[in-house]
Amino acid sequence: MLAFKLALRNILGAGLRTWLNVIVLSFSFIIIIWLKGLLEGWDRQARNDMIKWEIGGGQYWHAAYDPFDPFTLSDSHGTIPDVLNDSVNNGSIVPVLLSQGTIYPNGRMQSVLIKGISPEQEVLALPSSKLKSDGVDIPAIIGRSMAESTQLKEGEYVTVRWRDKNGTFDATEIKISAIFETNVPTVDVGQVWLPIDIVREMMLLPGEATLLITDREGWQSADTDEWVFKDQETLLSDIETIIKAKSFVGIIIWAILLMMAMLAVFDTQVLSIFRRQKEIGTYVALGMTRGQVVKLFTIEGAMHSVLAALVAAVYGIPLLALQAIRGISIPVESKDFGIAMAAKLYPVYSLALISGTIIIVLLVTTIVSYWPSRKIARLNPTEALRGRIQ
Amino acid sequence: MNDEVIRIEGLKKHFAMGSGWFTALNGIDLSFRRGEFAGLIGPSGSGKTTLLNIIGTLDVPSEGKAIILGESVGNLSAGASASIRKSQLGFIFQSYNLFQVYTVFENVEFPLLLQKIDASKRKKMVLDALEWVGLTDKMKSKPAQLSGGESQRVAIARSMVKRPAIVLADEPTANLDAANSHNILQTMEKLNRELQTTFIFATHDDKVIGYVRRKIFLFDGKVAKDERIEQN
Repeated sequence: MLAFKLALRNILGAGLRTWLNVIVLSFSFIIIIWLKGLLEGWDRQARNDMIKWEIGGGQYWHAAYDPFDPFTLSDSHGTIPDVLNDSVNNGSIVPVLLSQGTIYPNGRMQSVLIKGISPEQEVLALPSSKLKSDGVDIPAIIGRSMAESTQLKEGEYVTVRWRDKNGTFDATEIKISAIFETNVPTVDVGQVWLPIDIVREMMLLPGEATLLITDREGWQSADTDEWVFKDQETLLSDIETIIKAKSFVGIIIWAILLMMAMLAVFDTQVLSIFRRQKEIGTYVALGMTRGQVVKLFTIEGAMHSVLAALVAAVYGIPLLALQAIRGISIPVESKDFGIAMAAKLYPVYSLALISGTIIIVLLVTTIVSYWPSRKIARLNPTEALRGRIQ
Repeated sequence: MNDEVIRIEGLKKHFAMGSGWFTALNGIDLSFRRGEFAGLIGPSGSGKTTLLNIIGTLDVPSEGKAIILGESVGNLSAGASASIRKSQLGFIFQSYNLFQVYTVFENVEFPLLLQKIDASKRKKMVLDALEWVGLTDKMKSKPAQLSGGESQRVAIARSMVKRPAIVLADEPTANLDAANSHNILQTMEKLNRELQTTFIFATHDDKVIGYVRRKIFLFDGKVAKDERIEQN
């Protein structure tokens, strides 16, 4: 307790030198927390959007379906197993039928993935109600990115061509009934959503589906020879990998900031031991052991972090809270990231993140404070008393 | 001999110097009683500061014995010697060695903090010590705001606040003018008489020599003369 009291007295007494260090350290605290909060927010937003727009609570995949191999699409469909029929009928599972096709917007040709889904479904956030047919046109919905790349607008018609299960080519006109906004490129880019009954007719695959999307997490798997259940974690593993890869840059910045903070403390400690030799000798003469002096200097160094955390709290809490509420605008180019990214990211500052950061910085600060302080244990107190550099 | 606080027998101290050794103390035999006001007098290099450091348990003998308050300096652990310094020894330095970031009050309070004396008692002891040296009105000042004489008086208060058995003063007047030197010497003499604290000075200052009641002349690490002044 005495060491803490003396350390506080010493560092507060050092005035400007202390506060400069504390301010630099507090910047590091804030930027480290902000950066990690941003990545955490991005991660959470991406996961939530993926679940909401594409993954649902988990999916049954037709055994032949491989999302990375378009050649499997012609074979990856089957009838819905009897055990899941009730869930399909009550809306807790939504079937999706996939097929390859081509559209001809404004005289150009573009390959698309045709996705059939029920207009009544409520499992995904897609505005599928816009797929309800008026009996005249075939309604289709596309995402904003798809609309921009094809220059299609709401109400416009476009020709779509496909091959049915026998390999026969056919074509028809579809009407863009809605363009939806989503952060999830995998339900938008290169895709056209149609009513599933129409896709089944087009493909000559009545009652069949490629995917069965469940409405809630923890769905009890009922694998059959033809259908394989993929839970949420499995389906999110790709995005997790991408976020981790993107986080690498964040980790480098985090490490640089941490090192910068540590350098400030280390530098102060080395300078202190160099400049305060007479003081160290006086401590020993007045009855402190060299071990106690080492402890005092170590606590002094570590206390810079404590003060920095307090200072950071004063200006950091309102600043970070404001960002967490208002979000951070992300430039349009960020869509190139290829994963779900909203126009605004809302950083998430969890208690674990904040306390974890504080503990790590405190721990590292204590180590870098102790490191140069060990020199004190080797100082000759009679030489130190005269202020002779050792 | 119950009053004996320091006994030194055949004390030698060697320091490594280049490829050889330098002998700073070469067979010192001395004894100090409680309440002495003594000076170790000699030119630079005579060994007076080295002797003071050994008495202060900041250094250890190479040969011989230095028994301080019944404890042999050479056999003390780091903790035990720190404990003696903390409770029984006071130090006064040529350049004051005050903690610049502390106030006068905090400087004087420091030795009591180390002894974990409770706050109210501590405050009273600090105020008493500041009163002895006449600096009660400066207790909130920082050392940088004090004159040399005032700084040395703070150092005296700091050394005396814990009522030590022995105060060791290394050239305490070297940085002071004549008036301030006499002032602090009178203060120390008064405390020596009132509290029966043993004062040992390392000095070659005539002003100090004029005050001490025992003059121990050191030359080349040996006691050349040891004379006591009869008190009036």
